[in-house]
This record gives sequence, structure tokens and C-alpha cells, in this order.
Amino acid sequence: MQDDKIKKLEERFEARIAADEKIEPRDWMPEKYRKTHIRQMSQHAHSEIVGMLPEGNWISRAPSLRRKVALLAKVQDEAGHGLYLYSACETLGISREELFEQLHTGKAKYSSIFNYPTLTWADMGAIGWLVDGAAIINQVPLCSTSYGPYARAMVRVCKEESFHQRQGFEIMMTLANGSPEQKEMAQDALNRWWWPSLMMLGPTDAESVHTAQSMKWKLKRKTNDELRQQFIDQTVPQADLLGLTIPDPELKWNEERGHYDFGPIDWDEFWQVVKGHGPCNKERLGARVKAWEEGQWVRDAAVAYAEKQSNERSLKREETVIQSKAS
Amino acid sequence: MSKNWPLFEVFVRSKNGLEHRHCGSLHAADATMALQNARDVYTRRSEGVSIWVVESKNITASNPEHSEEFFEPAADKIYRHPTFYDLPDEVKHM
Ligand SMILES: [Fe+2]
Ligand SMILES: [Fe+2]
Repeated sequence: MQDDKIKKLEERFEARIAADEKIEPRDWMPEKYRKTHIRQMSQHAHSEIVGMLPEGNWISRAPSLRRKVALLAKVQDEAGHGLYLYSACETLGISREELFEQLHTGKAKYSSIFNYPTLTWADMGAIGWLVDGAAIINQVPLCSTSYGPYARAMVRVCKEESFHQRQGFEIMMTLANGSPEQKEMAQDALNRWWWPSLMMLGPTDAESVHTAQSMKWKLKRKTNDELRQQFIDQTVPQADLLGLTIPDPELKWNEERGHYDFGPIDWDEFWQVVKGHGPCNKERLGARVKAWEEGQWVRDAAVAYAEKQSNERSLKREETVIQSKAS
Repeated sequence: MSKNWPLFEVFVRSKNGLEHRHCGSLHAADATMALQNARDVYTRRSEGVSIWVVESKNITASNPEHSEEFFEPAADKIYRHPTFYDLPDEVKHM
């Protein structure tokens, strides 16, 4: 009886999504839909937040004021993206505290790419160009995902991402057209960020466990391999324009497929990083937890101040009442 | 000991002449801080000329499970629409 009812609700739910209707926070939804969305949206939010760390590292060392304000604005945008996504996530009934708890205890994942170090200024160029570039490819299809708050957050995020990629490409271009040492710096950054950027688009379709269900819910509109191919196809000509070499000897245009062929990806490395053994996993999480803990007194002070203000306001109201009674 | 900041809903008027529109939510210690945070989170590129914030707990929402009985009565009142009335084509400007 109960099962029957749920089955009917589920059927109606799936039909709504198939008809491109959006699901809103208080609508009935299968528990699995809620859980999957909390997982994906929070991972996404955590990635935006942790993603600030490798770049924040370079704000104070940007080579010019122009670069500094741009990088600062980009990192601030990423904080904003994290906040849009956390608030979208909270509409599914999980609290911000729980979400932070999951991040800080390592229970929740964030994008593997942010566990690589940023060794030179050229890394700011490579990250903007490649990492934000790959993120855009991932995110654009999500603007039409089935969960309303997620789709709306993604529309805002995507509008803001294009400046991130352009500022990165401009950094790469300046370095690539600079002195031989500068060009070499740009090449070195490309060498180090290329493969992690390809991995960032997720495991191959054969190993991706959630793909079928996610496709149905429009949480995914293209498979990881399709997204990866799209990324490679659009990035190779950009690297040519920069006069830089993509570190893949097997990279070659395939006339028949209409796509670039590329060499094997080191998935062992990917899984190592995902499991916490990347070069910077500990450092990133440590920095995040430290920032949160050291900000505690600020948050407490803000609450104390807000309470004081509110007490003073009600005191004033009482005084006014007493005065008007007396007169 | 530490208290969590309450949740606020944010509404932004993108330009005069348009209504305030819900654009998301955020946490803040009080309404004043919520306004400042809303400015930083939702209007970094001049997306607004006015912001409202309201504590989420103060919003009463209709229940989607009762949508049918709540909204359906409007569906059969077709006489509320201009097309319900039969008028000859010669009548202009109506
Ligand atoms: Fe972002
Ligand atoms: Fe970005």
C-alpha cells in the first residue's frame, strides 16, 4: 500500500523531470534524489571554497596592480560561488554547519585539482585558462539541471566564470610572448596542469557509477568522456595560439572522428589524490579548518553585537511606551 | 557556546521599475549584516539598486502537497479571462 503510493509519486516525479519541469525545494522528491543532490551540490560548493586557497596564495605576490585586482576579484567570485551553492544545498534540509562539518572532517570530497601546488605566477594563468575552462565545460550543462535552486545558482556562476578564464589566458599570453624565461614558466605551468585538468572532468564513463541516474535527473547532460573530449578539442588550438606545447606526445587530430586523439590518463594518480594522497590534500584542508577556527571569535562577536543592538532597540521601545503613557 | 547565524532570504531589485526578486539566501548575525553580505554576494557586478533581506523563518509558504485544492479553483473560472466573452469582429479597440 505505502510502497504503491511511493511508486506512483516516483513515476509522477520522473515524468515531471522528463517534461523539463523544475523541481523546487518543498516539492515531493525521492530520498535518493535529495541525497544525490546534497552530495553533488555540496561537493561543488566545497570545491569553490577550497579552490580559493591555491590562488589566494598569490594575491599578495601578483606582478602588477592590474593582475592583483583581477585575481582578488576572481577569488572573491569563487567565495560567492561557494555561497550560492551552499545556500542552494540548504534548501534540501541540510544545515550549513553539517556541510562544513563534512568538509572539515574529510567526509565530503572536493575537486581533486585543488590538491596540486601553485609553484609560480604562471600557475595563476594556467589555472584560469585550464581549470576554470574545464569547470565551465562542466557547469554550462548544469544551468538546465532539474533542481531549480541548483540550476539558478549555476546560471549566475557561469556568467561570472568567463572572466576567470579570460584573465588566466591573458596571463599565459603575456608570459608566452615575454622573455624566454617567462615563456618557459608558462610552458612549465601547462606541463603540470594539463593532466590534472583532464582528470578533473571525472573518471572515464566505464568507471563512472552515477552516470545513468544522473543523466535521467539532468544532473549530467554529457558523460565525463564527452566533456573531456570537448575540453581537449577547444583547448588545443588555444595552446597553439600561445605557442605552447601540450605535454602529450600522442595528441593528434583525427580527421575521421573529427576530434583530437590523446594519450592515456594516469588514473592511479587521480585515485591517489581523491583518496587524500595528493601533494597538498593535508595542507588545503588544514588551511581551511584553521581559517574556520580562527574566525570563530569574529562570528561570536558579531552575534554578541547583534544581540546587544536588539536589546537596546527593545529597551528604547519600552521607554517610548512608558513616556507616552505618562504624558 | 557559539551560536549559529540565522538564515536570511535575499531579494534584489535589479533596476527601478522592476520588482524585487528572490535571488538566494545567506547567513548573517543580524539584518544589517545580512544586507551588507547580500551586497557582496549578490550584487558584485551592479546587479541591483535595492535589496531586501528577511529572516527565512518569517516566511510562510504554501504547501506544494496542497497545490491542487489551493490553486485549482482558479482553473474553472474561465469567465475571468477576456476570451470568454463573445463579441462580433466589428467591435474595435476592445
Ligand atoms: Fe567558480
Ligand atoms: Fe572560476
